[in-house]
Amino acid sequence: MLIPIELIIIAVSAILLGVIALWKRKAPARLRDVPALARLVRMLGLSVEDGTRLHISLGSGNLLDVRGGSSLAGLAMLRHIAERTSVSDSPPVASSGDPLLGLLSQDTIQAGYKAANAGELYSHTAGRVAGLSPFGYAAGAMHISQNENVSANILIGHFGAEVALLADAAERENVAIIGASDNLAGQAVLFANSQDALLGEELFSAGAYLGAGVSHLASLTLQDVFRWVIIFILLGGAAAKFAGVM
Amino acid sequence: MRVITVFIVTLSGLAILSGYFLTDLFPVLAEVQTQILNVAITLAGVAMLVGIFNLVSVHTDKVRRSQKGGVYSALLVISLLITLVLGIILRPGHVAMQAVVNGIIIPTESALMGILTISLLYAAIRLLRRRVDVMSIIFLLTAAIILFGSATLPFGDIPLLGDFARWWSQVWALGGMRGILIGVGLGALTTGLRVLFGADRPYGGS
Repeated sequence: MLIPIELIIIAVSAILLGVIALWKRKAPARLRDVPALARLVRMLGLSVEDGTRLHISLGSGNLLDVRGGSSLAGLAMLRHIAERTSVSDSPPVASSGDPLLGLLSQDTIQAGYKAANAGELYSHTAGRVAGLSPFGYAAGAMHISQNENVSANILIGHFGAEVALLADAAERENVAIIGASDNLAGQAVLFANSQDALLGEELFSAGAYLGAGVSHLASLTLQDVFRWVIIFILLGGAAAKFAGVM
Repeated sequence: MRVITVFIVTLSGLAILSGYFLTDLFPVLAEVQTQILNVAITLAGVAMLVGIFNLVSVHTDKVRRSQKGGVYSALLVISLLITLVLGIILRPGHVAMQAVVNGIIIPTESALMGILTISLLYAAIRLLRRRVDVMSIIFLLTAAIILFGSATLPFGDIPLLGDFARWWSQVWALGGMRGILIGVGLGALTTGLRVLFGADRPYGGS
C-alpha cells in the first residue's frame, strides 16, 4: 500500500512542530525585524494609554474551507490582543463576516479577558458579526472605525479587494491600519493602503511577535525549514530541467 | 472541560484527515468523515442564526445607548426584520422578495463595487505619499504597465508594451504570486496543526 505524500507531509510537520517546540522552550527566540508587527506592539500600548479602541477585523473567511487558516491565525492574534488591552477604558472590538468566526471571536476575547483576570469586564458585543457577504461585511465593519473611537484597525484574515472600502474608511478617520490577507487581491490592496504591509506568511507570524508562546515560535521555525526545502526543490528541479535530466 | 474540548477537536480533526487519506485501508473512515462533516454543516447553519441575533443585538444596543451612528443601526435592524418577516411569510421565491434582492441588495453591492474602483485608484495615488521605497515604485510601475498593456488606446497599441506586460505578469508577477501562496500555505499548515493538537484553542473561553 502506498502512503499518500500529503499524509507524510502532515505527519512529518506534526512531529517537527513538537520537536521544535520542545527545543524552543530552552533556546531564546530570535525574530527578524518586521516593521508592521513592531508597530502593532506599539499600538497596543498606545491604545491602552490614550483610551482608544482597537478594531480587529477577522475578514469573511469560512472555517470549513481553505480560507480557515488565515482566520485561525487572526483568532490566535486576537486572543493576545484581548489579554493585553482588556483593562483599557475602551476594550477592543473584533468583527467578522462569518457566523462561526463571530462565535469563536467572542470565545477568544472572553479567554483573553479571563487570562488578564478581567472576566467581569467582558461584553458579548466585543465580538461581532458585521455582515454575511464580503461587501456586506466591509460595509458593516466600516461603521465601527467611523463611530467607535477607534485608533487602529488590525485586519488579519481572509479579505478580497473589498478591504479597500474598510481601509478607505479608516484612513478618513485617521485610524492606523495594519493588515494581511491570504488572498492576493486583498494583499495587493492592503499593501497600497497601509503604512507597513504584511506579506504572505507574515500573516501567520503575528502570534510569535506578540509573545503567544513556544508553539508560535516553533511554527515560524518549521515554516522556515519547509521554505528552504521548497527553495532547494525548485532550484534543483529547474537545474535538472535545464540540464535535460527531467 | 478544557481537556474534553481539546479531545473532541483533536479526535474530529484526525478522523477527517484519516477520512481523506486512509479510506482504502479503513473504508469505515469515509462514513465517519461524512457524519462529522454533516454535524459541522448543521452547526454552521445554527451559527448563522446566532450571528444574525448577534448583529441585531449589537445594533439594538447602539440605538438604546443613542451612540454615534445609531440612526444607521436602527435602519439596519428595521430593514433586517422587515426582510426576515416578509421572507418567512411570502417565501424567498415570491416576486416581492425577488424585488428586494434585485432592486436593493444587488444595486447596493454594485454601487459598493463602483466605489471600490475609486478607492483603489485613490490608494494607488496616495501610496507614494505614504511611503517612498523601491517596493512601492515597483508596485505602481507594475500596475501601470499591466493597465497600459491591456487597455485599448485611441491611437492604437503602444509597440511592444502588450508583449512586455504579458511577459511581466506571466513571469515576474506570477512567480511572486506563487511564492506568496506557498508561504500562505505553509502558514496555514502550521496554524492548522497548532489547533489540531490543542496548542491554540480558539474555543471554550479558556
